[in-house]
Amino acid sequence: MFHLIFPAFIVGGLICVIGQLMMDLTKPSFTPAHVLVSFVTGGAVLGALGVYEPLVKFAGAGATIPLSGFGYSLAKGSIEAVEKRGLIGALSGGVEATAVGIAAAVFFGYLMSVTFNPKG
Amino acid sequence: MPNQTLRKPAISISPEEYKALAQKYTPKPTFTKNILRAFFVGGLICALGQVIINIFSGIGLTPKEASNAGTAAMIFLGSLLTGLGVYDEIGKFGGAGSIIPVTGFANSIVSPAMEFKREGYVQGVGAKLFTVAGPVLVYGIAASIIIGVLAYFLH
Amino acid sequence: MGLKRAGNQTVLFDNPPVILSSYAVVGPKEGKGPLGKTFNSIWQDQLNGEKTWELAESKMLQEALQGSVKQAGIGKEQIDFMLAGDLLNQIVSSNFAARLMALPFIGVYGACSTMALSLALGSMLIDGGFAEHVLVGVSSHHDTAERQFRAPTEQGTQRAMSAQWTVTGAGSVLLGKKGGGPRITSATIGRVIDYGETDASNMGSAMAPAVADTILNHFHDLQCTGQDYDHIASGDLGTVGLALACEVLKQSGVDTGTEFTDCGVRIFDSTQDVHAGGSGCACSAVVFAGDLMQKLKARALKRVLLIGSGALHSPTSALQGESIPGIGHAVAIEA
Repeated sequence: MFHLIFPAFIVGGLICVIGQLMMDLTKPSFTPAHVLVSFVTGGAVLGALGVYEPLVKFAGAGATIPLSGFGYSLAKGSIEAVEKRGLIGALSGGVEATAVGIAAAVFFGYLMSVTFNPKG
Repeated sequence: MPNQTLRKPAISISPEEYKALAQKYTPKPTFTKNILRAFFVGGLICALGQVIINIFSGIGLTPKEASNAGTAAMIFLGSLLTGLGVYDEIGKFGGAGSIIPVTGFANSIVSPAMEFKREGYVQGVGAKLFTVAGPVLVYGIAASIIIGVLAYFLH
Repeated sequence: MGLKRAGNQTVLFDNPPVILSSYAVVGPKEGKGPLGKTFNSIWQDQLNGEKTWELAESKMLQEALQGSVKQAGIGKEQIDFMLAGDLLNQIVSSNFAARLMALPFIGVYGACSTMALSLALGSMLIDGGFAEHVLVGVSSHHDTAERQFRAPTEQGTQRAMSAQWTVTGAGSVLLGKKGGGPRITSATIGRVIDYGETDASNMGSAMAPAVADTILNHFHDLQCTGQDYDHIASGDLGTVGLALACEVLKQSGVDTGTEFTDCGVRIFDSTQDVHAGGSGCACSAVVFAGDLMQKLKARALKRVLLIGSGALHSPTSALQGESIPGIGHAVAIEA
């Protein structure tokens, strides 16, 4: 039950600090959307270089819950699929590996948007 | 008596001087406070995610399944808290600590979609779901395809 | 008849139009602010039973317009023109309010300077002999402005320390050719000034040079100084913009006297978490229609200079990285 919780806290916190620095040190036109895109792309590149994998092993959710983990899964899925199925794997692998997250985001997002109204 | 000479009064400051002046008077973000808050909020959200993953592992899911289910559960939580009007308060406090985790991704999906419901279910909710999620998926998926192609040719 | 003009950009009214009545409606947050007691009506929530925030804003404007007509005690048929504006695309709040008022309507856009601009235009219509009574009103709404100009309200983002809080409210005044009340004696129409500020969360900095320019020209055109006014109020510069405008004026050799403040600084207090202060069309409108008008009527203030400040950008121009042009319009009011 308490497996990896402490490393997840530390690593997850540190990853978020990087994001905070990116927002506070850049121009205001660098919005949260830019930060999220940077994290996904950055996570994919680090995943492809094999740098992110050890972090996932060490910190579990601390590395997979931040959006860089989404990028890592995309890259990892793509590479694994290419190894199994060749070039077509590059197209299918990323989305296959992250299908749960994408579908959950779309479905739960829709559900909540329809159920609730903004408070302002 | 009103004077009738035309033009001249103009503020005597150059754009460069003004830029320096504006920088001096514009308050800076509170760096230390922001960083500490981002660390604690981000760390707590990730630790909560780990607890949920551990529970899923405990009921017999494989590590990969548990991780996926944990992500889905966190997305559900982030969406729910946005709907309840709580997540924007967490965001105001935690900054990047609540933006970077998938819960923040869920927040960026629900907040515009919910607000644009009044513009209809297709052009409002349906389209606005992807205000932030769209760019994230575009760049994430494109990066994964390029990485896959590179992996294919480099092997 | 000679031109009713002074200097470069100031108009003088031969028969200064009278402000017959004023009415201010605000949202709950503004009602809890330090000026809460000066408003005529305070809404309990941001929607007040309407379906959308946009409709709520328009309803608020209607309430203010009807309020000032009622207070003046004249019939609607005696009003020659209605001048109104707001921040939303195609000024829909005003258009929808005008649909209900069914008066000859002139839509005005001056961003957050719209109240001062409309007062100036309304006075010109009256002193020019085109109208007996002119109804003026403007509105803004925090949530409609947020979703149009910034992020959805439920998105968890941190606002910059220089950001301002759009005031939810509507202010209206009824101008007349004759009658009792404070009078508008002159107006200085501002120039668009842009010193290259691109940060949409630092509007005060974008508008400060324009406000300073208008004040400088007003003083020059009328050969007067800050000492000639008991109260000089900019519209919504906020703390950052007000400090910058003071500094720019000082460097240009203008003494604004002691009474230079800002409606955006006054409408909220520091405990209300609005960062640099209030903004929006309603900011200067409700402070003028409420607090300033009460003081003018009670003769606690005798000469007031109101400088509406506007940031003339759009969400598109901001995304394209263009800088934010600013404008300031000044009207002088005497008790």
